[in-house]
Amino acid sequence: MTSTLDARKVLSENGALGGLLVLVVALSILAPSFLSAQNLLNVGVQAAVVAVLAFGSTFVIVSGGIDLSVGSVAALSAMVGAWSSTEAGLPGPLALLLGLATGVVAGLVNGALVSYGRLPAFIATLAMLSVARGLTLVVSQGTPLATPDVVSELGSNLTPFLPVPLLVMLVFFGLTAFVLTRTYQGRAMYVIGGNEEAARLSGIDVRKQKLVVYALSGLFAAVAGMLLAGRLASAGPQAAVGYELDAIAAVVIGGASLSGGVGKASGTLIGALVLAVLRNGLNQLQVSPFWQQVVIGVVIALAVLLDTLRRRSTR
Amino acid sequence: MDLRYKAALAASALVLTAACGSGATGSGGDLSIGLAVSTLNNPYFVELKQGAEEAAAELGVKLTVVDAQNDSTNQVNQVQTFTTQGLKAIIINPVDSKQATPAAKAAENAGVPLIAVDRSVDDGKVVSEVASDNVQGGSLAAVELGRATSGEVVHLQGIPGASASRDRGRGFEQGLNTGGIKVVASQPADFDRAKGLDVMTNLLQANAGIKGVFADNDEMALGAIKALGDKAGTQVQVVGFDGTPDGLKAVEDGTMAATIAQQPKVLGRKAVEQAVKAAKGEAVQQVVDVEVKVVTKKNLAEFKK
Repeated sequence: MTSTLDARKVLSENGALGGLLVLVVALSILAPSFLSAQNLLNVGVQAAVVAVLAFGSTFVIVSGGIDLSVGSVAALSAMVGAWSSTEAGLPGPLALLLGLATGVVAGLVNGALVSYGRLPAFIATLAMLSVARGLTLVVSQGTPLATPDVVSELGSNLTPFLPVPLLVMLVFFGLTAFVLTRTYQGRAMYVIGGNEEAARLSGIDVRKQKLVVYALSGLFAAVAGMLLAGRLASAGPQAAVGYELDAIAAVVIGGASLSGGVGKASGTLIGALVLAVLRNGLNQLQVSPFWQQVVIGVVIALAVLLDTLRRRSTR
Repeated sequence: MDLRYKAALAASALVLTAACGSGATGSGGDLSIGLAVSTLNNPYFVELKQGAEEAAAELGVKLTVVDAQNDSTNQVNQVQTFTTQGLKAIIINPVDSKQATPAAKAAENAGVPLIAVDRSVDDGKVVSEVASDNVQGGSLAAVELGRATSGEVVHLQGIPGASASRDRGRGFEQGLNTGGIKVVASQPADFDRAKGLDVMTNLLQANAGIKGVFADNDEMALGAIKALGDKAGTQVQVVGFDGTPDGLKAVEDGTMAATIAQQPKVLGRKAVEQAVKAAKGEAVQQVVDVEVKVVTKKNLAEFKK
């Protein structure tokens, strides 16, 4: 009896989990090759880049903001890393650090524009989307660059059944959950997202906390960029175009509210998995390319709709 | 306040640099022609521009180049500006074939001959069209894949609905009947290397026994090669399209069986040649087909720069 109660509790707290399970069951029936250990590992690896981006976006969305620049920042960070090693000849680990630092700097600029420049987050990060993509092209001169070995290893397997991207995704999942639930910064994000004025009056330095939020988002974007480049052993000038929308979709499928104050690391992980399972399944079912985008859109809308209905009925 | 001032300063500096960055590159001569490029963010079009500049220098005409940054409206404005600058011919590399009509009308009204390069203008008066044949390239790819392997193959498609995806895909299907290959799956990977990797990985789950891959561009082919690992070039033959530097390197390494090379420099050169003829009132060739070529390990040296 308690176990069914627990299951119900888990499901009611994570509406998207139900949707993910329905998808997995449906695909297992429709596509015989879907439910194999190897394929499920593939799904995990394919979810990793968007998941890490989305973990960063979870901080931003929980605190009531939005970050449209994560795809471009991911590409720029990876490109700076690749350029530092292949063109400037720096040692791999240093190049990796420079790439990650690029992400943090981009995030800090976003944060400063939002909290000190009083720009709406949508506009500040939209500007960064353009600037970071442009700088990626400037650095790369429009051609893909090879990544240093230390980055390429991020895309490899430790053992045949232990892909590094999957590990990185799980580590960052743990980190996100920790920050959101166990740190002052995390609690501040919920308070700011719930009511910014109240947060300020209760003594939270809202401006400083927003800097932290966007810097974290930039760092996570840089890590995602390294993962993506690592999987291909090259950083591309047009890599991760449009990924910011996938990241936002993953966060929202996971039950977060775009008006702030609500969101969980586990929800975001499930959201990213829903997108990856869907894309994987559509390939295996060989759905027509014209229909794939329709199906993805419908599933995103359905997932969020179910979650909203569930919340309303439990209230 | 201070910060806002600084931001404004930085923004104006940016605008200034942008203004200096774009604009004209010129070479001597009293005959002036214009080239409106779709984007210079892509190495392919940068090469096209270089070919045009080389030809202009050789023929002794002044060439003005503008970049529409993939914005059709921008391009219409640029061509309109061209017509007021006393240019004797205009070369347009349309951002979008369907949206280039107003630009063509502007040139026609001003009585300036218009030459289309790489992409056509759907509705409008063009004296010469210089392009390489994507359909023929797709057929060549099918023939080459049929030569390299036999059995089941998969087709990685470009962005659904894009003209390059349509034409290359159509050509590929037309070329299929010549070889012993059969397409068991066609899925889009949007011309993107990372998507090529993911889609190929997924297709391998459902079709473990495939012998070949055709990708609508080299980027997706390189992603597929990553997914195939050791199988690429041994059990599974991959054919790409474009002949990018990374693609050519994969051909050299033996992981890619072949790629179909376009010749952007030749496109730019031929377009200028036609434009100069049109400007002088000489007869022009209505359609100039620039050949696409199959690149394999054997003839690789011709294409490496």
